[in-house]
Amino acid sequence: MSVLILNNVTKNFGKFTALNGVNLEVNSGEVYGFIGPNGAGKSTAIRILLGLIKATSGEAQIFGRNVWKDAVEIHQKVAYVPGDVNLWPNLTGGEVIDLFMKMRGGLNKSRRDELIQRFNLDPSKKCRTYSKGNRQKIALIAAFASEADLYILDEPTSGLDPLMEKIFQECVLEAKAEGKSILLSSHILSEVEKLCDRIAIIRQGVIIESGTLNELRHLTRTHLLVKTKQPLTDLEQLNGVYDMEKKEHGVLSFQIDSDALDSVIRHISQFELIKLESSPPTLEDLFMKHYEEKEDASRTGAGGVS
Amino acid sequence: MWKQEFHQTGKLIRFILKRDRLRLPIWLVSLVFLTMITASSFTELYHSQEERQAMAETMRNPAMTAMVGPGYGLDNYTVGAMMSHQMLLFSAVLVAIMNILLIVRHTRTDEEEGRIELIRSLPVGRASTLTASLVVLLAANILLALLIGVGLYSMRIESMDLNGSLLYGAALGATGIFFSAVTALFAQLSQHSRGAVGYSMTVLGLSYLLRAIGDVSNETLSWFSPLGWATGTKAYVANDWGPVVLAGVISIIITAGVLYLNRLRDLGSGFLPSNPGKKHASLLLLSPLGLALRLQRTSIISWAIGMYLLGVSYGSVLGDLESFFASSDIMNDMLPPVEGLSLTEQFLTMIMAVISMICTVPALLFMLKVKGEEKQSRTEHLLSRAVSRWKLLGSYALLSSFFSFVMILLAVTGLWSASVSTMEDPIAFLSLFKGAVVYLPAIWVMIGTAIFLIGLVPSLTSLSLLYLGYSFFIVYLGGMMQFPEWLSSLSPFGHVPQIPMEDFNLTAVLLLLGVSAILTAAGFAGYRRRDITG
Repeated sequence: MSVLILNNVTKNFGKFTALNGVNLEVNSGEVYGFIGPNGAGKSTAIRILLGLIKATSGEAQIFGRNVWKDAVEIHQKVAYVPGDVNLWPNLTGGEVIDLFMKMRGGLNKSRRDELIQRFNLDPSKKCRTYSKGNRQKIALIAAFASEADLYILDEPTSGLDPLMEKIFQECVLEAKAEGKSILLSSHILSEVEKLCDRIAIIRQGVIIESGTLNELRHLTRTHLLVKTKQPLTDLEQLNGVYDMEKKEHGVLSFQIDSDALDSVIRHISQFELIKLESSPPTLEDLFMKHYEEKEDASRTGAGGVS
Repeated sequence: MWKQEFHQTGKLIRFILKRDRLRLPIWLVSLVFLTMITASSFTELYHSQEERQAMAETMRNPAMTAMVGPGYGLDNYTVGAMMSHQMLLFSAVLVAIMNILLIVRHTRTDEEEGRIELIRSLPVGRASTLTASLVVLLAANILLALLIGVGLYSMRIESMDLNGSLLYGAALGATGIFFSAVTALFAQLSQHSRGAVGYSMTVLGLSYLLRAIGDVSNETLSWFSPLGWATGTKAYVANDWGPVVLAGVISIIITAGVLYLNRLRDLGSGFLPSNPGKKHASLLLLSPLGLALRLQRTSIISWAIGMYLLGVSYGSVLGDLESFFASSDIMNDMLPPVEGLSLTEQFLTMIMAVISMICTVPALLFMLKVKGEEKQSRTEHLLSRAVSRWKLLGSYALLSSFFSFVMILLAVTGLWSASVSTMEDPIAFLSLFKGAVVYLPAIWVMIGTAIFLIGLVPSLTSLSLLYLGYSFFIVYLGGMMQFPEWLSSLSPFGHVPQIPMEDFNLTAVLLLLGVSAILTAAGFAGYRRRDITG
């Protein structure tokens, strides 16, 4: 059952097309990663989902309801954390958390206090004195303390230290264990890799890849380190072999397309293998593959979250 | 020791001057300009000693003394005496504010933002940044004193001699030096720049209050107020340099204390404990309306006090208006005599128009806050939760409309309470109230304009303030400048029946209410439909 659907959504700001026919579907109980460079349209998509801006065309739904018309009803069960949290300088962190929770409806005091402790936040300070990371904690605490069914997190960890990032990841997994759905937009690929069941990559307002991490791995290359007894020859001639490099002690390093794995291994085994190391493609590779290839075309992005 | 404390102060002085190369000149030029333009307008407004004397009579009441200071020269009200009576205290407050803001900017604000840490890591003395700030402000205050002194003297106004002019300037300069020292003290004591500004402004406010009480009841009390020293110079009347010297000596003592405290403390720390805030929100805060109210609390209270004082200031001159009007040509142009009504009553209708338009300023600011919040990306915190757009906009609209009424009420209360003590035959509160409250529909049209812009043309919301400016210009100066009728009918304030001069006009009031409702409805409809930016 899908919780969140973007169906062919387009958003124009004047002549600039921020989103161009975006399709996205988050199922109940899954963590969905939404990745892409600054200005690709992640925040625009999220702002449409929150009913803050109106899609030029296409359909956006959360819980099967129209995100624009039924924004208030939807938001009772949605928790949102922006990437850049601007708060009221003269209110304390504790006051803002209470305010945020109350605006959604319901104030779970014990959950709130537990999260304040876990995130190690001093709620008695005025927001003006908080660092970026601490402001983000406030939004995270308010979000995870609420009884939401869907969490929309827009680069929520960009200001957190590694320790807090770990606690954030715990919170996400706990929410998932409770059967809640999460849309996580992020730059930190290791985080997405660790948490997300499915991923969509967006570039210049277009979703260019989506699927589970395993599905996407087919699209990229595996890295191999090989050492053979007899000198390896003719490897370059095979289809799907790239970036070959001779390392120390006769070790060869190269990348291969995933579908060329079989033929390459057959070829190598003729030369008596001594050592074979293979590392799977990381999300990093995936990401870089998409962006490096089209770098020249991607210079026209919009503002990003800030 | 000398090197450890003050090394490279000279370079830092030049650095501060570079940072404030616009800010400082703007302050100084504005203050000098304001002083000179007032002096020149006094000579133009009052042609003869009789006219000035008539003005002096309106000043002889406790409310006026509490506001502008003691009237030393009322018996021989020359232009010089007028200046030191009506302008000196007011200017001294402005000079104090300049010093408070600039000292905090270069001391505690820089420290809080971590910039002083960077400078201290260079080979500079521990007290160098503090000393440099104090030296710059000292020089600025002396320069200000000289510019104003020489400037006033150069205007060649008969009653303003060189000694008096220099003393007038020196009184302002000394007030500035005193407040720069006091502010530097609070910059040591408080850990936050807002605290330093707040405490210093409190000292300024208490100084004003103390001398207000002292001037009215007991002159000795005024000598405990730094602002009392400024008026205590009696510039142009008795020319007493004593208070200037007193202010200088006390400033030196405070400055020594400041440097000592700076030596004692760690960078970034203060001596006053910074109180932890509330860990939980009060129930009052937990709604869009409560939040809107809380965010603007300080502003609402300040405006409320301001509007009350505005009322008091008009009320305190009501008593002696008749004699004053009789001798003023300009006032006769602005308010041509009308059969069957006293000049005071006529003047009242003009006061009501002015008061209502000034009350519109806070009402508009309270409304426009919703746009400011959007720009700061804080609206989305609410709208991404279970808060509808109408509820959000409605909260601000309600707040704005309600407080427009409160502001009017306070201004009228001030007007009435002061007029009771100055008029032989006081006007009933109710009739004053009626005359003012009839302007509410016009104010609501202005609020409606703001809502309309917020909903439909959010990039142009400041036009609503411009529209108010237009209204003020047309309605206030309309009578004198003989503008055509249609110009004033473009402003909602031009349609308000001027009670008690005119009868209550239901059609006009209903028309204004209707326009306000239409604008508001259009704005609400637009706000629900448009994108939230930020």
